[in-house]
Amino acid sequence: MSGAELGLALSVFLACTVEAVEALTIVLAVGTTRSWSSALSGVGAATLALAAIVAALGPALTALPIDVLRILVGGLLLIFGLQWLRKAILRAAGLKSKHDELQAFREETEAARAAGATGPGFDGYAFAISFKGVLLEGLEVAFIVLTFGANQHRVPLAAAAAAVAVLLVLAAGFAARAPLARVPENAMKFAVGVMLSSFGMFWGAQGAGASWPGDDAALLAIVPGVLLAAIALVWVLRRAAHPIAA
Amino acid sequence: MTRLRGFLVGVWEFVVGDDWPTALGVVLALALTALLADLAVSAWWVMPPAVFALLALSLRRAARGAPRAEGDAGT
Repeated sequence: MSGAELGLALSVFLACTVEAVEALTIVLAVGTTRSWSSALSGVGAATLALAAIVAALGPALTALPIDVLRILVGGLLLIFGLQWLRKAILRAAGLKSKHDELQAFREETEAARAAGATGPGFDGYAFAISFKGVLLEGLEVAFIVLTFGANQHRVPLAAAAAAVAVLLVLAAGFAARAPLARVPENAMKFAVGVMLSSFGMFWGAQGAGASWPGDDAALLAIVPGVLLAAIALVWVLRRAAHPIAA
Repeated sequence: MTRLRGFLVGVWEFVVGDDWPTALGVVLALALTALLADLAVSAWWVMPPAVFALLALSLRRAARGAPRAEGDAGT
């Protein structure tokens, strides 16, 4: 496995783990308070929809000329990755609330109870909330699978990394029977933001016609460089937020 | 037409979000890279400082507008 393929698999795995943890919280809340069968039906329908999106768009993307694909995918990944990185930096600097799975679980559970009594058979509320939760969380992963995978013509590898992450989260959730509050979500989002921004910058410049010194080996400098820059920005924001303590 | 518009707005919000200046900056940086490469000038150096500057400016805008530990659990 090349360095770029390892980066692809790692980025997709981390992103998918984070999103799967958030989706698991939603499904657990509606499943335990209303109907497991309807909640799991929603999960199945959303998973099929996501698989259809990847299956439909993957071949279309890989059919593009390589330079067009690189600049398109690089630009999109960079814009998308900078959003992840910005939010992760703000959270690390204490300027934005961190995601709390236990609080999210409590809110979803209260909303599910407030939605009215469940009757026998199919529960539309549990289905709809599970479907929406899994689809919305999964769309970001599908986007990363498609862009990363298509650019390296390794959509199956990206999809496999996503599947492993989902299975691990499901297994952990089944074992804990509770939201996975101990998963270091912000650190993982920070890492995903660094990887997306780094690969986006690398491929975008290549697609625009630039040649990186050392070709693929340049990633060995770009990824740590983006990481160090992000850590430095966290430090600067913390100092600005706590000028006396710093 | 309404559905198409809704779809395009959804795609825009999904990819660009609430930070269009950063997206515009990325497009301009890539355009400058392409221009320099087209002129046979070394162009790889454009993106690293551009990305750092875009991220720093984006954080400055967000930090100015946000009270400490603002909400939003997305992404």
